[in-house]
This record gives sequence, structure tokens and C-alpha cells, in this order.
Amino acid sequence: MSEHHLDALDRDIINRLQDGFPICEHPYAAAAQALGIREGELLTRLKRLLDANTLTRFGPLYNVEQAGGAFVLAAMSVPADDLERVVEIVNAMPQVAHNYQREHRLNLWFVLATATQAEIDTAVNHIEERTGHTVYAMPKLREYFLELKLPA
Amino acid sequence: MHQPTAHFDIDATDRTIMRATQGGLPLTPRPYHAVGAAIGIAGEEVMQRMQRLRDLGVIRRIAAVPNHYALGYRANGMSVWDVPDDDVDELGRKVGALDFVSHCYCRPRHLPVWPYNLFAMLHARTRDEVEDKLRVIASLLGDACRAHDVLYSTRMLKKTGVRL
Repeated sequence: MSEHHLDALDRDIINRLQDGFPICEHPYAAAAQALGIREGELLTRLKRLLDANTLTRFGPLYNVEQAGGAFVLAAMSVPADDLERVVEIVNAMPQVAHNYQREHRLNLWFVLATATQAEIDTAVNHIEERTGHTVYAMPKLREYFLELKLPA
Repeated sequence: MHQPTAHFDIDATDRTIMRATQGGLPLTPRPYHAVGAAIGIAGEEVMQRMQRLRDLGVIRRIAAVPNHYALGYRANGMSVWDVPDDDVDELGRKVGALDFVSHCYCRPRHLPVWPYNLFAMLHARTRDEVEDKLRVIASLLGDACRAHDVLYSTRMLKKTGVRL
């Protein structure tokens, strides 16, 4: 999982496939051709990058709200000696898409993604009841820009 | 707050495709056909529907998502700013236009615990680089910024992506 294991081709694959991937019958062959490699090589490399968690995902990135669902950032202030218990409860929920520990009084930051707004409220209540700590919901009111691309 | 939504145009088959692909695209030569075979529809239809979902913005893009840490981006700072509500849209657009800002949002405050209403994500290899970017944003906001902070992530506890 260390960056040192990435060679130039891995980096080329990561950089190009962050931009997008075609919808066609043989998309890996098309992407491989653009990279100057064979389809089998691309598939092998992608599998390795995913297995090593260098890539966390490969596929369609859904805009949950555009599909009628809800997506909410939430934060909690959890004492250090209770953190592992709370993380276990939060991570066990399929509604939690990601979860980060951050350096702040609000030290746990996670994203809830559900098919409806009501399920967000249910999930928040569940976490508060199970953990005994307040969940501060911070739904996005406006989005000014969203494009995450990290040069490898 | 009210962005156009497309969800009235999404039917049960679209949702089946979304559930079948939210964990990732199969690593096989004909992945859309593999998805179709798994849910009982033709690969051609999967491709047509995913193309349409992409046109509607339900699919932002089909792409690889790197693990920041594995690529050496060990300094991941969530910068947060308290700016007047009347100015947040204009300022948010300016901050969002900076090439090193990956996400930029307006979110509600939770006083007194949380006074910040503008969020901008910063990814860099070192904290010094993040601090440089913070200075750029601070000078862009000028007197409109009443307080700010940066929250570094110290552990990625979960990153599975959306599961509907």
C-alpha cells in the first residue's frame, strides 16, 4: 500500500483513469489502447491496485442526491478512551460511506448516504442512542466545486 | 440549496444497475455485459442506461478513486471558514475555483461548538504545503473571514463509498 511500490505505468493508469472510463462493449481494451498497453495488463494492474488499496474504488461514482437520496457529513466529539467503541458502532453501519478521525475537538467525521432523508435521521438517532454522544449533522447547503483528482 | 434533481427519471431497473455497480465495475473484458448477466438484462441496455444516468448527472463519472495516503498525500486538511452568510456564495465560488481545492461546500454552523460555514478540502504531501494553500485562501477571503481552522485527518477509518 506504500507509494514506493508504484511504477510509472501504475501512475499513468491511476492518473488517466481518474479522468474517466468509457461506456462501450470493451472499455478496458479501449482504455488500455490509450495507455499503450494490452487489455490483460490493464486488468491485472487494476486488480493489484485495488487489492493493495492504492485505489479504493473503480467504477461509477454516483451522485446520491441526484438520484433522490441523501448524503450528509456528520461530526462527533468523542473522548479518546471511548473512540474505538464509537468507531466500531459507526463503521458497522452500511449507511456510513466513509469515516475519518481528525485533529479537533470534533474528532470523528463521517458521511451518511441513504436512499431517503428519513433514513439519515434514523441513522443519526441510532448512532446517538448507541454511543451516547451528540451527532452534529452538516448537510451540504451549496456545492461550489467538486473534482478530486490527485496526480499519482 | 435546491439543485436540479433527476430522480423522477430513474426507474427500478436503473436502481438495480446502481446497486449492482456501486461497489465497483467488474474487472472482466466486457464489464457492462457482466453487470447485465448478473441482474438479468442485456449488456446493451446496461450501457444505454448508464450513459443516460451519466447524462443526467446521477453518475458523476466512471473512474478510479485513489487512496490519498497510498499516493503520498499524507496531509489531508479540511479547511473551514466563518464568513458572512450574505457573502458565502460569492466567496465559495472563488475558493472553489482555486485549482488545489478539491471540494468546496457551504454547510450549517452549530454554535457554539462549530462556527464555520464554508468548507474547502485540501490535499498535499506535507502539512507545510497545506499551510501555504491556507494562506492563499485567507488572503482571498480577506476581512470577510472572521475565523478559520484546518482539521487534519489522522486516520482513514472507513472508505467504502456509497451503498444504497
